[in-house]
Amino acid sequence: MNNSVSGAAAIEVKGLVKSFKTVEAVRGIDLVVHPGETFGFLGPNGAGKSTTIKILCTLSDATAGSARVAGYDVATQRDAVRRSIGLVFQEPTLDGYLTAEQNLRFHGELYGVERISAAARRKEVLDMVGLYDRKGDLVQTFSGGMRRRLEIARGLLHSPKVLFLDEPTIGLDPQTRASIWQYLNELHKREEITVFITTHYMDEAENCDRIAIIDQGKIVALDTPANLKAAIGKDRVQIATADDPAAIAALENEFQLEAKMVEGLVTFAVAEGAAFVPQLFEKLGVAIRSVTVTQPSLDDVFLAHTGTSLRDAESKGAKFNPMMAAAGRGRG
Amino acid sequence: MAQATMASVAQVSVPRGGLGHEIRAVLVVWEREMIRFTRDPARVISSVVQPLLFLFVLGSGLGSLMQAGTGGVDFKTFLFPGVLSMSVLFTAAFAGISMVWDREFGFLREMLVAPVSTTAILLGKCLGGATVATIQSVVVLVLAGLVGVPYDPLMMLELLVLLFIMSFMITALGLVLASRVKQVQSAMPLVQMIITPLMFLSGALFPLSNLPGWLSVVTHLNPMTYAVEPVRSAVFDRLAISPAARAILDPGIFWGSYQVPVLLQVGIVVLAALALLSAAVKLFARTE
Repeated sequence: MNNSVSGAAAIEVKGLVKSFKTVEAVRGIDLVVHPGETFGFLGPNGAGKSTTIKILCTLSDATAGSARVAGYDVATQRDAVRRSIGLVFQEPTLDGYLTAEQNLRFHGELYGVERISAAARRKEVLDMVGLYDRKGDLVQTFSGGMRRRLEIARGLLHSPKVLFLDEPTIGLDPQTRASIWQYLNELHKREEITVFITTHYMDEAENCDRIAIIDQGKIVALDTPANLKAAIGKDRVQIATADDPAAIAALENEFQLEAKMVEGLVTFAVAEGAAFVPQLFEKLGVAIRSVTVTQPSLDDVFLAHTGTSLRDAESKGAKFNPMMAAAGRGRG
Repeated sequence: MAQATMASVAQVSVPRGGLGHEIRAVLVVWEREMIRFTRDPARVISSVVQPLLFLFVLGSGLGSLMQAGTGGVDFKTFLFPGVLSMSVLFTAAFAGISMVWDREFGFLREMLVAPVSTTAILLGKCLGGATVATIQSVVVLVLAGLVGVPYDPLMMLELLVLLFIMSFMITALGLVLASRVKQVQSAMPLVQMIITPLMFLSGALFPLSNLPGWLSVVTHLNPMTYAVEPVRSAVFDRLAISPAARAILDPGIFWGSYQVPVLLQVGIVVLAALALLSAAVKLFARTE
């Protein structure tokens, strides 16, 4: 987090491009991740997050541009990069027929972890994710959350300098997601490690030191969550009225504000929302039953930079994120 | 809580790669095959059922017909080396094709992203498949006495070595297939489709003497022929039978008038095994 480690960047990406036969998945990405940082890579499905992470992990070649991870070039120093990184993929990569400890042992041998310290290190990482007492159980008996925790433990086993997590909380229930983040936040207290994480959950991105918002293969914003939200400058105002269509029309005519129906409420964005409310009552001309003013969320940031809400950007039937909505309402 | 003890272990170091590291990778992949094998005893039983049916049912059934042509040798005795080879074939092929499942369940990726060569991973797989298959062949081997094959320790040792090399080759073949098959459902039918003809065209179930021309050509092109014949030769060396009977049942392999020595046959199998392994390495390196 706060490590002001002098020296090389943990990740350095320059002009990264990846083209497939018909589509350009990554269209010129530049970014620098500092050592010790938790860096979030945020965007809808299909924005190029996984493609980028695959290139950084040496699983895929870039079409153009260069990337260095832990000081090594991903194209020319493949094994050095691989020794320096831990990986937690979207899809599970554990062997269900092996026990938790056997999975870790397998990993340690493949990565050439020194035998003297290997057993102690296995205990350490299992303790960290609270699975030490289950070490002798077959992984096929584990729940989804336990498996993900084990994968994180395994990704840390060889003391990587950079831990890559590709959507580590996808498909998990909110409680388990929260606990995964708790482990990730604890991590910095115990290890000197840089975390690079992709997610399409806006609330999770709040846990990151800095985030990059990626849309259609390009980074559209990169800063701390607080700065990104501050830069929006507009609060979200939601009102319940006696006549919603009339209210929307009145907002347009009186205030030149574009309003939409969101979650059954007339919703619009305006600077200094709280100060705007008195004017609203004065000039709207439609009875108002309730008002909610919310400070900008990362969802609003996403909306501002891409012109579409993350939820709409997801393919149809995308997962509605109840935590996010609850948090948004709660803050009003 | 355990903050202090954490600090004491802190980081482990991962030394730069090298031969020692590659060997550790080979061994741990091999070990995984062993662990999975011991977890699944049903696999041993089910995969020796078919060879035993061939030996005792087919062998006894056809035996009476064959009596005239075998020079007085029990047909089951003739079949024994072939059935021994059969007993490793499917197990070894399955060990190779199991990479399709490893891909399906993601574990292939865990292996392929490690800082070791693909060769080390696949070599471990081949050694694992060969070990498992050879262990299974012991079930057939202990029945030797029932079909008139003596329990000669040296012969047993020879057989185990030969079966190991054969299984290695077939596991490598399974890996080549696995690199191309993405669907779990099509894996087993493909193995059946490839392995069954390899077995039938190898002289495992009939002598190579007096074959019709086309069949003779095909068997001589089949690497399995060169894997089965040394097994048969090792068994027949220990049988007290007439040279005439041996000439019919175990004529050896001829290229024109040149009799291919057993050692050369083994050499061909080793070469085929290495060629298949390197093909698999190239194919897997490309797919991920």
